[in-house]
Amino acid sequence: MTTGTFEDTSRAARTPGDDLVVAGVSKRFGGVPALVDVSLTVRAGTVHALVGENGAGKSTLGKIISGVLTPDEGSVSLGGVELTLRSPRDALAKGIVTIAQELAIVPGLTVAENVYLGAEAHHAGFLRRREARRRFRELSERVGFRLSPDWLAGQLTTADQQKVEIMRALSRDASIVIMDEPTAALAEHETAALHAIIRSLAREGKSVILVSHFLSEVLALADEVTTLRDGRVIRTVAAADATEETLIEGMLGRSLGAAFPEKTPPPADAEVVLSVEGLVAPGVRDCSLEVRRGEIVGLAGLVGAGRSELARAIFRDARAQRGTVRLAGRDLAGRGPHHSIERGLALIPESRKEMGLLVGRSVKENVSLSRLDLVSRLGWVSGTRERRAVASLLERTTVKAAGLRQPVSMLSGGNQQKILFARAVMCGPRVLIADEPTRGVDVGSKRAIYDLIVEMAREGMGVVVISSELEEVLGLAHRVLVMRQGRIVAELEGAAMNQQAVLAAAFSETSDDEHQGA
Amino acid sequence: MTATDQLEAPVGDGDRGGSDGAMTRLLKSWRLAGIFIPFVILFVVLSIASAPFLHTANLINILDQQASYLDIAAAGTLVLVAGGIDLSVGATYGLTTVIAGELALHGQPGLAIVLAIAAGLLVGLVNGLIVTVLKINPLIATLATSFVIAGAALKVTSGNLVVLSATSSFFKFANAQFLSIPSAVWMSAVFVAVLALLLARTTFGRHVVAAGGNAEAARLAGVRVNLIRVVTFVISGGAAGLGGVIDTSRLLSAQAGSGGSQLAFTVLAGIVVGGTSIAGGEGSVVRTAIGVLFIALIGNGFNLLGVDPLYQQIVLGLLLIAAVALDVWARRRRR
Repeated sequence: MTTGTFEDTSRAARTPGDDLVVAGVSKRFGGVPALVDVSLTVRAGTVHALVGENGAGKSTLGKIISGVLTPDEGSVSLGGVELTLRSPRDALAKGIVTIAQELAIVPGLTVAENVYLGAEAHHAGFLRRREARRRFRELSERVGFRLSPDWLAGQLTTADQQKVEIMRALSRDASIVIMDEPTAALAEHETAALHAIIRSLAREGKSVILVSHFLSEVLALADEVTTLRDGRVIRTVAAADATEETLIEGMLGRSLGAAFPEKTPPPADAEVVLSVEGLVAPGVRDCSLEVRRGEIVGLAGLVGAGRSELARAIFRDARAQRGTVRLAGRDLAGRGPHHSIERGLALIPESRKEMGLLVGRSVKENVSLSRLDLVSRLGWVSGTRERRAVASLLERTTVKAAGLRQPVSMLSGGNQQKILFARAVMCGPRVLIADEPTRGVDVGSKRAIYDLIVEMAREGMGVVVISSELEEVLGLAHRVLVMRQGRIVAELEGAAMNQQAVLAAAFSETSDDEHQGA
Repeated sequence: MTATDQLEAPVGDGDRGGSDGAMTRLLKSWRLAGIFIPFVILFVVLSIASAPFLHTANLINILDQQASYLDIAAAGTLVLVAGGIDLSVGATYGLTTVIAGELALHGQPGLAIVLAIAAGLLVGLVNGLIVTVLKINPLIATLATSFVIAGAALKVTSGNLVVLSATSSFFKFANAQFLSIPSAVWMSAVFVAVLALLLARTTFGRHVVAAGGNAEAARLAGVRVNLIRVVTFVISGGAAGLGGVIDTSRLLSAQAGSGGSQLAFTVLAGIVVGGTSIAGGEGSVVRTAIGVLFIALIGNGFNLLGVDPLYQQIVLGLLLIAAVALDVWARRRRR
């Protein structure tokens, strides 16, 4: 699929838009300042990026511009007219569209119905289905996503659901588009398609406000970059004058040092702790792999290539049709996750809120959940032993929490992720599978999580890291397996382990499959 | 020592958590106190407004009447916290009263108690398996089984009322006095205390909370969610059986139609008024007990004050809405 050019499909190409001016905006939440005297100008027809650590105020600023929040002080004006937005619908009417971090789709409606939700083609209240279809087709061509309009949105993958959101935003003739981490859940080629859309929006004279953790993305797309730290604007610079290093320095107030810890590969004769042979499961076709003690194996591939499916099949969460999984030589008969954990396999699932955490419960309960037996006798949980065990795990995983009883919903994304690591460490596994360990995590926490993974491997654990961020896989792993269409298609090591090789394998020609299919 | 203390220390001026954390704590303690405060107020008001209310006989009578409701609601709390709901408790209660009644009538008091409770456990097991193995929504599943059970109960007695005599040893099961309090009250007190500890202090309780809070996450963390859910249904069925036996012994009569949806809904009301979330994942057996007694106090007070029972229902309905609204609000605060 080419990411294509489609600049001339809009009749209103290059209408000069209006500049968006944020002047002296401050916002506090219950006495805690989230934004302090923030001023910036988003010029029409440009991409303006907001960068900063989690909690720096990027999302709050986005919400103020889109009318979800009202500033305590200061103003937001568009073309010299002060904006007072009362609701998201009001913001839409004024041409301000947000693509939020948290998905807002209706699972029971189809793709097309979700895209046109609240703006359905109708005639006197009756839906005009043919018209809706025509519009959907046009929009699909324009944005280059291939989604059937009739699929139920709830059955799509996260990445596809995100595409639905993006299409919805683009279907509303917006003059200002706010994108909050739009590519976090997308695979590389989909990201490329979205980047092309963002550029074309700017060419059409629209302003895009991009909130992103991916600094390479920010540098590639943005015209200007505003760095926020602790709710204040540190500086706004032209993207051409910035580098990842200068941005990180601005975000952290110091330089980060190397992005990844030093690699310490295991000795060549290290024992094999995980061996998978001929595994066949939903989304997994005949996969075999080995992980040795102290080794970090990266699992790369596009979203939907079957990486998470393989992880869950190894963890014996999905029922395998064929194949064996051995953990330190012992067969892991498919009796479910509880049995896998007992045998020494831990999984950190890809989506921490849906699959990992009990969001409303305390830090303590979330950490100890898998191994309550360690802090209990005859089923009776010992409060003291549990507190002591959890406190030492939190220290080890560098979780910053106000207390053991704080609900995990109050923690930042990075700390939530570390809670899952604390839980996994408590399991004392021989093998850890970490699926997207740093998704939606700020720069500072990322490094802490990398350190943790490397340390766990150094202590003799076998680690499998699954990530959509290629840099992360390459930066951490001693060996990389690339998946495509449910199969492991390449094993890369040493000098062969580079970005081109991984991408080539991930995208490699589908011709052989087509032959098989024919 | 140091690490623990530091982590358990109250929130200082932490960046994000600061005020929000304090707010949540306040809200949580208020929710905990939520049902206690109205309960105490109602208790005091009734003590002043009605002279007979505070008599020991009246108070023991309330507890005696509520013994079966307290059992069933305590067990229902576990079901709700684990993410399920059991609407069949009324029908199960009816079935077990007639099983106990028939056997007691035929001179088998011991067997009456054992088999009635066993029938309750069996119904719970079936409910649990339908919900977990067939993956049928628990609301629908237990609604359906309640019809089946009610039909079976009618079959046992052919629709007749079973009447027992006060001389049978079966009568002593719920009416034996210890410290001038009937055994029915003692049994329910012990049952409620055991379930309260089970939910709050054991690994099983934690797993119940996890299963209801986020089933997917719980499963991936190694919690056997289906097993946990089945066990909560079994406990609920057993509690309905125990309640049925207690009331048969207490009232010396049994009828297939006793209990029914009236009992199921009253119990559910008690649980919800007690602040246990209908969405699962959190709740407290102690607060359920207070909730059940709170509803009983309203009934008792209205009777003593000679208020039309009609208003009792209206008040109960409004109360339920208030309780659920508070729960929804508390959940939204956390987002």
